[in-house]
Amino acid sequence: MRYAILLLGGPYSAQAAHSALRFARAVLARGHRLEGVFFYHDGVQNAARLMAPPQDEPHLVDGWVGLNAEQGVPLMVCIAAALRRGLMDEREATRHGKQGHSVEAPFELTGLGQLVDLGLGCDRLVTFGP
Amino acid sequence: MTDVPPYHGDLLVILRHGPHGSSLLREGLDAALVAAAFGRDVSLLFMGEGISALVRDQQVGPLGQKGTAATLQMLEMYDIDRLLVDGEGLAGLGLAPRDLMLPVEVLDSSAMAVQPKVHRLVLTF
Repeated sequence: MRYAILLLGGPYSAQAAHSALRFARAVLARGHRLEGVFFYHDGVQNAARLMAPPQDEPHLVDGWVGLNAEQGVPLMVCIAAALRRGLMDEREATRHGKQGHSVEAPFELTGLGQLVDLGLGCDRLVTFGP
Repeated sequence: MTDVPPYHGDLLVILRHGPHGSSLLREGLDAALVAAAFGRDVSLLFMGEGISALVRDQQVGPLGQKGTAATLQMLEMYDIDRLLVDGEGLAGLGLAPRDLMLPVEVLDSSAMAVQPKVHRLVLTF
């Protein structure tokens, strides 16, 4: 089956991100396809490049990046929700006159149209959120 | 087994949060508007506190948030005209359709249950 994930929960402040990552691993372990993860609402903070949790906690960014590296899962971040929350890649940082950037590949800033296409193009879109 | 009616649309956006407690309602509406702008047939289902978004005469006010009333007024321009409201939730808030800023279809619990089946995709906010 072709799955996709919509993540609305921020990292470390709620269970949503941990559950979404565990669900993603379970989907792939069962031999299903994961068409993509879309980060929206507070979920965009899962793409924060500078995330530095204590070593005895799961590193969520590394977790998402691992999914992409091993299985090519697209990591899509809503650009409007991200910019509001201080999350931007190098290109957007330049455009907004900011020093430094907080999002990098394999996370990609994209629009909500991608969420709709992702949802309509898979068999199951599973939402994790508050 | 009850018969499942034919599809009503591409996308059902379920809105369960009020307009000011979080940005979930606004970001849910944004997803609905974008889908409609891309030509998708969108229905909105207001449940729980989400119903309070429809109450008349909401101001932007001093809260530092844009609120959602202005967005709701734009729905017609995006051809989003199927606004569904959970009847039990509406009554629970002490509200009636005349208290709401837009015409809505009030659903009983059996009509509520069928909504996810008659849309291709459900997004819950």
